[in-house]
Amino acid sequence: MDDALHAALRAEFPILSRTVHGGRPLVYLDSAATAQKPSAVMNAIANYYSTSNANVHRGGHALGTEATERYEHARATVADFMKCDVGEVIFTRGTTESINLIASSLGQLLGTSLAGKSIVVSELEHHANIVPWQMLCERSGATLRVISLDENGVVSLASARELIDSTTAIVSVVHVSNTLGTAQPVQEICALARNVGAFSIVDAAQSVVHHAIDMRSLGSDFVVWSGHKLYGPTGIGVLCGRAEVLERMPPYQGGGAMIDDVQWERSTYQLPPLRFEAGTPNMEGAIGLAAAIVWLQGQDRVALEAHELACTQRIESAITAHPSARLLGGAAAVRMGIVSFVVDGVHAQDIGVLLDEQGVAIRTGHHCTMPLLRRLGVSSAARVSVAAYTSESDLQAFEVSLTKTLRLLAA
Amino acid sequence: MTITETIASLRTELDQYPDWEERYGHIIALGKHLRPYPEEHRNETFIVKGCQSRVWLHPTFDNGVVHFDADSDAVIVKGLVALVLSVYNDRTPQEIVASNDDLRSELGLDQHLSQNRSNGLASMLKQLRLYALAYSMRKATS
Repeated sequence: MDDALHAALRAEFPILSRTVHGGRPLVYLDSAATAQKPSAVMNAIANYYSTSNANVHRGGHALGTEATERYEHARATVADFMKCDVGEVIFTRGTTESINLIASSLGQLLGTSLAGKSIVVSELEHHANIVPWQMLCERSGATLRVISLDENGVVSLASARELIDSTTAIVSVVHVSNTLGTAQPVQEICALARNVGAFSIVDAAQSVVHHAIDMRSLGSDFVVWSGHKLYGPTGIGVLCGRAEVLERMPPYQGGGAMIDDVQWERSTYQLPPLRFEAGTPNMEGAIGLAAAIVWLQGQDRVALEAHELACTQRIESAITAHPSARLLGGAAAVRMGIVSFVVDGVHAQDIGVLLDEQGVAIRTGHHCTMPLLRRLGVSSAARVSVAAYTSESDLQAFEVSLTKTLRLLAA
Repeated sequence: MTITETIASLRTELDQYPDWEERYGHIIALGKHLRPYPEEHRNETFIVKGCQSRVWLHPTFDNGVVHFDADSDAVIVKGLVALVLSVYNDRTPQEIVASNDDLRSELGLDQHLSQNRSNGLASMLKQLRLYALAYSMRKATS
């Protein structure tokens, strides 16, 4: 990517010009945890409150109509971004709530028929794509099956073929691993699910920011992700579901806006997506998210993806330059935006502390993937992640700081 | 020296290292000089909850004073643990329980510890005080 163009893009993120620990330039390499926000997003939120704030879907007055239009326009922006219909977009609090919504609603829809059935996930899953299914298994008598991983950090399709069978009711898999950064063959897995009549879910929390997603070509029933990892505000997320599936699903929560008619005997519900959005929604979140999408769509996404891949590879090289360091996910793994590593005889936390002291923000710990780390034989790892705004100086700072850190820890 | 005086002298010692590299080098070195942790107590019972790294803290009560052995699998935390023990080791349980020093802020660690690590240190201090409290009760009832 052209240097001047990239500098201009980076300048749209005000937080990146601040310093930490008494004057050190911030080197933010934790975008997989949450991405920083361009001014366009913050301005959209401020503008909403300055001009159009009112409760949505309650009608009646000018501001209410305007706020509803802006909220629904945000939904249309997401639909356009995901190449799905506007009625297929449900706003949630984030990926975690999206998965919980699906687990709860499908659990009610399938009811007692789930007993003895299987729910399939993979070894790579984030806790958010494990625990809701474990809870559903406990409630319903279904069993959890786990697709195994190959040596390059990719789920094994052979294992998926073996585990997804006529007993399978639901298949839920991650698109890009939040720990390894590797992309998974989700299209193939969704096809396997479709062949046995199982519902399929793709957790796109870490993929949608790097690569455009087409809901239809992915072939899943649901795609879920979070706004805050896509340069949008926190507390807003998306659940895209195929219309014919959403229409059959019962509500997740009861309350205002999701009802058609309420009587003491019984209530009837709205059609999707409103059926799944009980209560006053996160209006500023939806509007901020739409601004983030418009911002992202305004960039040269092909050039950005190439930039992010190049940054990822530079991070990999900076790590593997140290013989004591080992990348998680294997030598041949293809990573997108995320690189995790361990160093012989060194606790990841120590690496994080000393990098932080030099202004470099990374994440250390289990990354909410405890079963995966256990499978890889480590209890804690350091994770470096990049975004559109990651710059040459960030990469150089990481390289220098990591060398200094490992020297200090080896002393 | 009282607990307050020990903390003050440790603060003076740490302030000799204004450079972050030297300061961390010093803290890591302190950890390396900790008495080896007794292997038979390296188990779940003595793990301090609330730390990202693993921290073990084992107390013994002898001759009216409490002695702690501790260890961590992260070297910076181990150094911080050594700092804590140099303040509280070999004191009477009553002295430890009565102390209301805020070690983290008095040592100037607050600005150098993220919330996460600060919580870990707080968990360790709390555990240490609980042991001291238990020993002080034992003495009172015996």
